[in-house]
Amino acid sequence: MSALTPGFRGHRRTESDRVPPGQYLVEDFPVLSAGPTPSVATDGWTFTVVNETGERTVWDWTEFNRLPHESPTVDIHCVTRWSKLDTSWRGVSVDTLLADVETAADFAVIHSFDGYTTNVPLQDILDGQAWVATGYDGSPLTAEHGGPARFLVPHLYFWKSAKWVSGITLHDEDEPGFWERAGYHDYGDPWLEQRYQSGW
Amino acid sequence: MNDHVDGNMLAGALWQVFRPDITTAEGRCATCGMTGPVASLHVYTAAPGTVARCAGCQQVTLQLVQSANSMWLSTAGLSYLRFPNQLR
Ligand SMILES: [Zn+2]
Repeated sequence: MSALTPGFRGHRRTESDRVPPGQYLVEDFPVLSAGPTPSVATDGWTFTVVNETGERTVWDWTEFNRLPHESPTVDIHCVTRWSKLDTSWRGVSVDTLLADVETAADFAVIHSFDGYTTNVPLQDILDGQAWVATGYDGSPLTAEHGGPARFLVPHLYFWKSAKWVSGITLHDEDEPGFWERAGYHDYGDPWLEQRYQSGW
Repeated sequence: MNDHVDGNMLAGALWQVFRPDITTAEGRCATCGMTGPVASLHVYTAAPGTVARCAGCQQVTLQLVQSANSMWLSTAGLSYLRFPNQLR
């Protein structure tokens, strides 16, 4: 198995710079789910931001789709050890969603229609680092991948990119989410292999 | 005055909980109150951890996270687990 061409090795070296420790590359897009896939209709769909004083900002599907959209191409890293390079998405930047929201909060919780939650420091989803995505690879996001809309925060393990996203709440204190309460790491940096809560 | 004893005192009682076959223990869903054996839960494994949901209301009853050297068990979605008394 040593007969690799120099060109192939070079290619691999370039890619491996983009693969965090303990991860392997996949070409397909594995579907992970902690429950039955909810069917979330765009009819009646809303996205809600609630700041730390309880002020709500709500978009329905039509209003959301009128917001300026971006098309990020990013690498994603699942804590179950697969990584996928150059995934292309279409969505609304969290910067756009929070532009008119008054807040001094330090933390955010991302909420899903199925009751899933995940926590992130607010500064990790600002400045072009996170989106609410409604499109993947040139098509509307399918339900199995979190459609009609999922969160996308690619610099953290992919469990932070909540499927079937329904909104963001802002908080003064950190509030661990579904997996973070159950043993997974509070922050989840794939480059530091922050997979699990540390032991006692 | 010492008004408590240490956790070693739990060993006898919890021996009944952490015995091999937990699937026959009866759980009560904290959300809807439905009771049933652990074996009747709906379990999803294609996830970062294992998730068990109530067969009645689909709410999460139990989560299991496993790393190379630890296991975390969360039963926050159960109001109780009932174990038959064991003959000693
Ligand atoms: Zn239930």
